[in-house]
Amino acid sequence: MCNDCGCGKDPSEHKHKQENGDAQGEDHHPHSHEMPHSSSGTPAAPRRTIALNQPILDDNDRQAERNRGFFRARGLLAINVLSSPGSGKTTLLGETIKLLGDNPKAGVVVGDLATDNDALRLRAAAVQVVQINTGTVCHLEAGMVARAVKQLDLSSLGVLFIENVGNLVCPASFDLGEDLRVVLCSVTEGEDKPLKYPPMFHMADAVIVTKTDLAAACEWNRSLGLANIRKAAPKASIFELSARTGDGMARWRDYLRGRTEEFKDCGLF
Amino acid sequence: MQNVLESVLATANQQGARRVCVIRLRVGSLSGVLPEALEFAFEALAKSAPLADADLEIEPVAALFRCAPCGQDFAADSLLGECPVCGAISQSLIQGRELQLTSMEIE
Repeated sequence: MCNDCGCGKDPSEHKHKQENGDAQGEDHHPHSHEMPHSSSGTPAAPRRTIALNQPILDDNDRQAERNRGFFRARGLLAINVLSSPGSGKTTLLGETIKLLGDNPKAGVVVGDLATDNDALRLRAAAVQVVQINTGTVCHLEAGMVARAVKQLDLSSLGVLFIENVGNLVCPASFDLGEDLRVVLCSVTEGEDKPLKYPPMFHMADAVIVTKTDLAAACEWNRSLGLANIRKAAPKASIFELSARTGDGMARWRDYLRGRTEEFKDCGLF
Repeated sequence: MQNVLESVLATANQQGARRVCVIRLRVGSLSGVLPEALEFAFEALAKSAPLADADLEIEPVAALFRCAPCGQDFAADSLLGECPVCGAISQSLIQGRELQLTSMEIE
């Protein structure tokens, strides 16, 4: 490309008139230039820098804030429930909802790559459930949640559980507009999950150690497990429970009721 | 990267640009995004004018924490860093999660 005018021709193919008007060769330009030509090779079109300073996850963050405003205005506590696959999210939610009864009434949005097995399990607990199938996407996004909640009758609900896709990595980066982030870690996964996946645990408001009825069989080292959770999630409330036996569930239920009450008072409807 | 390029193209059109020369991003070490992955996606997506000759410049941002008990700021590569002054593990991240399109150069 010609450095003088950026015309796309090889510089050896043509010459430029110099600024003093001396013609050194034919001028091939039918157009006029705003910038003077010089022998130092200044580009004809000026380069400009445009400052943008835009966050890249902009679309999801914007939708998440819309969701948050929507949930808060209704006085609805939205909870993002996260863990690796098989930590017991669906079982915990089913038992939690039974224990809560109508105080508060719960709805569920549940995400999986495929099948509506989780939705069917949760419907057995007689709650409103919407299943999101993400296809190949490994996490829920704020837009998926916004579309899903349209299928729920929110007027009667005090709490909305959003059961994320089982994955300890990607869902940590996607705000859904929740006000509470709950991360599960079962005793069967060992003690060091919080150290291996710190971003997920770092942002948790509550960490729940599940399947404690299996602790002895798994040789779960409780003090090490709890220390690792505290290290990765210093601000989180920690619960230890077994949804299957009901052990530890009452404290979790009371915590949820307390948080839901705080939200109910903020609602506009 | 699709989001970035859509934003860049919209700005380029708005400004009447003939060519996008440089796209600059800031990527925090704890943003969860690998610069290599961004470069790969950029190569795959920016194939036609006015983006075809654009350079992608990535400015890395090191993670910086503030210790909650003693207020000390310190750099660390992981979310589990201990405060070098008081040894506490309770800290908040003050930079390192950035994933930002900062500027672009056009002609």
